[in-house]
Amino acid sequence: MTRRRTDYAIRGLDIRPGDHIQGASDAPVTLLEYGDYECPYCGEAHPMVKQLQRTLGGNMRFIFRNFPLTSVHVHAEEAAEAAEAAGAQGKFWEMHDRLYEHQDALAHPQLIAHARRLGLDVEKFEDELDRHVYVPRVREDFMSGVRGGVNGTPTFFINGVRHDGSYDFETLLEAVQTRIKRSAA
Amino acid sequence: MEKTVDQTNDRTANENQLEDASKRALRPGTPAPEFHLQATPDQRVSLSEFRGRRLILAFYPADWSPVCGDQMALYNEVLPEFHKLHSELVGISVDGVWCHLAFAKDRKLHFPLLADFEPKGAVARAYGIYREQDGFCERALFVIDESGTIRWSYVSPIGINPGADGILDALEDLEEKGAAA
Repeated sequence: MTRRRTDYAIRGLDIRPGDHIQGASDAPVTLLEYGDYECPYCGEAHPMVKQLQRTLGGNMRFIFRNFPLTSVHVHAEEAAEAAEAAGAQGKFWEMHDRLYEHQDALAHPQLIAHARRLGLDVEKFEDELDRHVYVPRVREDFMSGVRGGVNGTPTFFINGVRHDGSYDFETLLEAVQTRIKRSAA
Repeated sequence: MEKTVDQTNDRTANENQLEDASKRALRPGTPAPEFHLQATPDQRVSLSEFRGRRLILAFYPADWSPVCGDQMALYNEVLPEFHKLHSELVGISVDGVWCHLAFAKDRKLHFPLLADFEPKGAVARAYGIYREQDGFCERALFVIDESGTIRWSYVSPIGINPGADGILDALEDLEEKGAAA
């Protein structure tokens, strides 16, 4: 199905200061995911992304942005804030992985337990969660996705173009490799 | 939420159908047809009540189907932005009011769902987006201005959640034009 008005695929998707980025800045392909830590489909996609990163190495850069659907996933917002709070202590990706690997443990006390497990300053972490320090940041991520055409989770963009296909490993790999070839041409 | 992609292989027929549906939908510049629909068992909502405010009409095929849930759940999250742009949102489908109530409660929706239930699909027909062959409406969006004129409309492929970006762009256009006037 063709995407209506492809120009919208670009809006809101430029890399921003504070984005969580893995991989080389000169990688020919940037995979951007909008995800929700409580979304089971995002949970399924998580190992696919890991496998892609292992397979493609320096050829792919990965960016994750929050897209919590808070009315259907009660823990998604606080989990997103928890990842940001861990990020403030230099452990965003450790928390990101942990949350996706423990999607059944996203309630407040469990988020604190994750922070402890990761060796974070738990007092600071909990204080920031309680004060909802990262609400604006999470909302900013969310709205950049809305403006970019995100309509559910997970949504992937490959070099700024929305990937409307399936997000199983083979399909994603093929889509990313097509982009790599195009950027090499 | 699950991303739902149109599963049928009959792309050409689907695309033709979508093109027809887009042609039939009321166009910008058209006065929005009045409606008077049940929002709760003892409350009806009319278009005229929104005079002086902008209104987003989000027609969708049915409560509970996964894409609809996705779309309404998404709009629920974007509601503060719609309000900032001086607009209200209502969802409309042919489902009855009790079905809407259960759906809205389950998804914690903070906007009304209107029942285009009796005569079935009459409002969808008036807006040109009823699917006779299916007995429900298209997935169609209308932005109506303060004076009751349609200013933007969009018919999405039935299986694709259209997202909120088109609505926000249309509302921002109205803001700009309003500021310029």
